[in-house]
Amino acid sequence: MGNKKEKIKSAGQLIKIRDELKNASALDGVAKKHKITVHLGTCGIASGADIIKEAAELEINSRDRRSIMFSTSGCVGFCALEPMLTVQSFNRKPAVYYSLDEQKIKKLFQKHIDGGEIADELEPITEGSKLADFFNYQESRVLRNRGRIDPFNIEDYIAYDGYLGLAKALEFADSSEIIKIISESGLRGRGGAGFPTGKKWELCRAAKSPSGIKYVVCNGDEGDPGAFMDRNLLESDPHSILEGMIISALAIGSRRGYAYIRAEYPLAVTTFDHAIKQAREYGLLGDNILGSSFCFDIEIYQGAGAFVCGEETALLASIEGKRGMPKPKPPFPANEGLNGMPTLINNVETFSNIAQIILNGAKWFNSIGTETSKGTKIFALAGAVNNVGLVEVPMGMTLRDIVFKIGGGIAGDNEFKAVQLGGPSGGCIPETYLDIPIDYEKVKEAGSIVGSGGMIVLDEETCMANLARYFMDFIQDESCGQCVPCRIGTRRMLEILERITKGKGAEGDIEKLERLAEVIKETSLCGLGKTAPNPVFSTIKYFRQEFEEHIITQKSCERLHVKAKVKKV
Amino acid sequence: MQISDLPKYPLSQDEITVINEVIKKYRDKKGALIPVLQEIQKNIGFLPVEVQKKIAAELNIAEKEVYGVATFYSFFSMIPRGKNDIRVCLGTACFVKGGKKIADKIQKELGIKPGQTTLDRKYSLQVNRCVGACGLAPIIIINDKIYQKVKTEEVMDIIYSYNK
Repeated sequence: MGNKKEKIKSAGQLIKIRDELKNASALDGVAKKHKITVHLGTCGIASGADIIKEAAELEINSRDRRSIMFSTSGCVGFCALEPMLTVQSFNRKPAVYYSLDEQKIKKLFQKHIDGGEIADELEPITEGSKLADFFNYQESRVLRNRGRIDPFNIEDYIAYDGYLGLAKALEFADSSEIIKIISESGLRGRGGAGFPTGKKWELCRAAKSPSGIKYVVCNGDEGDPGAFMDRNLLESDPHSILEGMIISALAIGSRRGYAYIRAEYPLAVTTFDHAIKQAREYGLLGDNILGSSFCFDIEIYQGAGAFVCGEETALLASIEGKRGMPKPKPPFPANEGLNGMPTLINNVETFSNIAQIILNGAKWFNSIGTETSKGTKIFALAGAVNNVGLVEVPMGMTLRDIVFKIGGGIAGDNEFKAVQLGGPSGGCIPETYLDIPIDYEKVKEAGSIVGSGGMIVLDEETCMANLARYFMDFIQDESCGQCVPCRIGTRRMLEILERITKGKGAEGDIEKLERLAEVIKETSLCGLGKTAPNPVFSTIKYFRQEFEEHIITQKSCERLHVKAKVKKV
Repeated sequence: MQISDLPKYPLSQDEITVINEVIKKYRDKKGALIPVLQEIQKNIGFLPVEVQKKIAAELNIAEKEVYGVATFYSFFSMIPRGKNDIRVCLGTACFVKGGKKIADKIQKELGIKPGQTTLDRKYSLQVNRCVGACGLAPIIIINDKIYQKVKTEEVMDIIYSYNK
């Protein structure tokens, strides 16, 4: 690595390289006995994974280096247990050691590496251990490479069939075949709206561009608070996104793409930038991709901190160097997008799905899921749950299974109250609806949205009126100010919610909130405004008595809930 | 706040050189306003009005447009950031785990509101939307270092450890 590579010129060459890499990294029990991987995502690093890496390197250097393969990877997705390290020994199941410190590293090396036995006193996650449930109920498709590839090394991605989807797509006689497969698969946009991906691609392919220019844009402006699926993908498996973007460019006839990544994700920007450069070196991006006549290149565009830029037309305005103000649709970006040209804009997770669908076929993808929602979806499970982390589940799994089987239930002795889905555009789902399957339509019926994947579990300590106020404060602050219902309406709603949570609410305030919410939903210009009242709708619908209690008792959150807790004891 | 209310912070010769270089680098690029503002914000820590005027003139963009963009995005500031930039995350996960109380505590102790800088320019405070490290909630970030599972009673010790 590091040397100038010769460009890969054909699918055959790619497969040959893959096989060589696979052989080179396989454990043989003789020279290569163990493979140790330290997981370095943003959360891991914040928890001290850097120190763990150094400590592990020190231990390795004091032993027979040749028998131990050492590498780093992105995030494993089990945030609650960082920092983590995986040991894979010859002919054994991997053991994941967690919540590590330097002391534990010493012990781990003595027992597992020198002694050849799993260091049970550190209670690693192995097959059958209780924490393994976190992974066992998941279906890792988009996250298949979690914890096993180094995101800074394209060869790791290639070793696990990376860029074979692209190679296959290049061999189709007609590139419209790509769109046919994506349409058949039933994949829907993972950014939140759930628009059929194949349909979007078809519209963009059919769109006429007088200058011949079409753009592909990756929406990496993951702004929903409580959502970190896209950050994780950008940091841990950047090439899967790149490959999806390249395939989409081939399908619609584009030569230029942008990845818009929010400024709050510095590690994601670094990782993705590095991936782009490596892909160019290997001839997988740029001119004559894999020796074909197809040319396509990508540039990163960094956001500057504005939630509304997650809306596609606002995002495109931002790339043009303007304020991120949404535009009325139509025209849709597929016809008139960036600089007025036809533009295909998809979310990070959507692009990450593409290569595998091309490689394994539409049937493989839609064999799991529900009638209207196929494949898997990644959720960022956080809040009052034991196993906080990133989970990928088949569409159709129930919320209850996610919270209690994968999430391990509520932390401490508290009781479950609700799940907040979809961030400021979504809503809260109470206990009574926990058995609905994850499906775009079913979740909507319950008063929320699947959204981009933020899933915050709330326990009895959360005041629902205060939560509604929190989201309204967020939206009011992030409203771009262009249209009146959103700019002024959300402010009025916030004022009422502040009044209520301060114990100064008046009779009729709840009805006023509902009226305002209805008007804002009906008359706002863009998705941000139209969905802004959702958190209020759902909290009033399921937890109306909490709002009423504030108004009747004239008590602020602090006073009301302190008393409630005392009463419980 | 009125523009005229903003305190004036004179720029050093080095800072002016940096600004000129950034503008030169992007002068002929389309849609370059945001990258220009980003690089200048990163290098000198703020975007004073005089600099905005200069950018407008050199990139041939209306001043109001530069001002509009500079005030639209939360990563741009017209007040210099402090030597230690504190960001408190108020994403949903941090919020339900007490992030607001942490933000209140820092405001009270340092005597500044989000978006402001202490008079000695040692600290500046911002509240952040989610940084996507929800598993570690509640978190604060000081100069790009993330502190996880922060307790209200410990937060000032963390902050004052930068005062050395």
